[in-house]
Amino acid sequence: MKDAMKAHIKITLKNGVLDPQGKAIEGAVKGLGITGVGDVRQGKYIEVDLAESDPAKAKAIVEQMCKDLLANTVIENYSYEIG
Amino acid sequence: MLRASVIVFPGSNCDRDVQTAIERVTGFAPKMVWHGDASVPSSDVIVLPGGFSYGDYLRCGAMAAHSPIMKDVVAKANAGTPVIGICNGFQILCESGLLPGALLRNASLHFICRDVFLKVENDQTFFTKCYREGEVIKIPIAHGEGNYFADSETLDRLEGEGRVAFRYANEAGETTPESCPNGAQRNIAGIVNETGRVLGMMPHPERLYEKALGGTDGRRVFESMLLSTLEAAA
Repeated sequence: MKDAMKAHIKITLKNGVLDPQGKAIEGAVKGLGITGVGDVRQGKYIEVDLAESDPAKAKAIVEQMCKDLLANTVIENYSYEIG
Repeated sequence: MLRASVIVFPGSNCDRDVQTAIERVTGFAPKMVWHGDASVPSSDVIVLPGGFSYGDYLRCGAMAAHSPIMKDVVAKANAGTPVIGICNGFQILCESGLLPGALLRNASLHFICRDVFLKVENDQTFFTKCYREGEVIKIPIAHGEGNYFADSETLDRLEGEGRVAFRYANEAGETTPESCPNGAQRNIAGIVNETGRVLGMMPHPERLYEKALGGTDGRRVFESMLLSTLEAAA
């Protein structure tokens, strides 16, 4: 794919949304005896190859994907980098 | 006459249970409709069954909400066709925007499969009119993601408009934190849309509809859909 771009998308739970998996990870990390660890929140990281070389169009595609499917904006925030 | 359609997604696993329950309770066999179809046959009721559609990939119900059939389910629901989503079906209703909120991982992180007590909060809806408000019923849950979440404004609106259909309770009907199996906000087990014709619930009424199954408290969901349909036709 010539001039292809890649989107690096991060999806995280909104503040105030309970994250029991993050809590379990936090407990396990602390159980290892690792100190200096506070809250742990778990999210998702998604990579998408884009067949698009125009940054503005690429951004529009990623926005639509995030809003319509990748994130549930009732409970999640999303952010991304395109490069 | 009851024309029910059960939508079958890849990974649905309560589709035949609910098919049998509808047929045994109402006397009318539902149509089974594949998720890849473009439209649902003209129906009195559409059922989104429990299971693990698309392997729960991304989020429970997220992929199914974008199945080809769902465009027509949403259009028909918005035009007034009653829709019930059970367990994974409730998750699909939330993901498709037909119901507000979302279903998160259970607070305990455990998959919970057991009978729970529910308090009937609204006996005026299409799917609950054969129950009595305030009564306590026993229906099983079987889910890992049934922890109902919505912002407090949405929760206040649901409660203010009488749209909470069922709450987790103890046997005495008290909706205590201890009687909430999954961390759901305000003990919410099932909600309806503005018209009371779209119901999402985590418990499985199709698993307790005759004595041989250990109880009959789920039966009246199906009796309600028949009665509501007959009343509308009369």
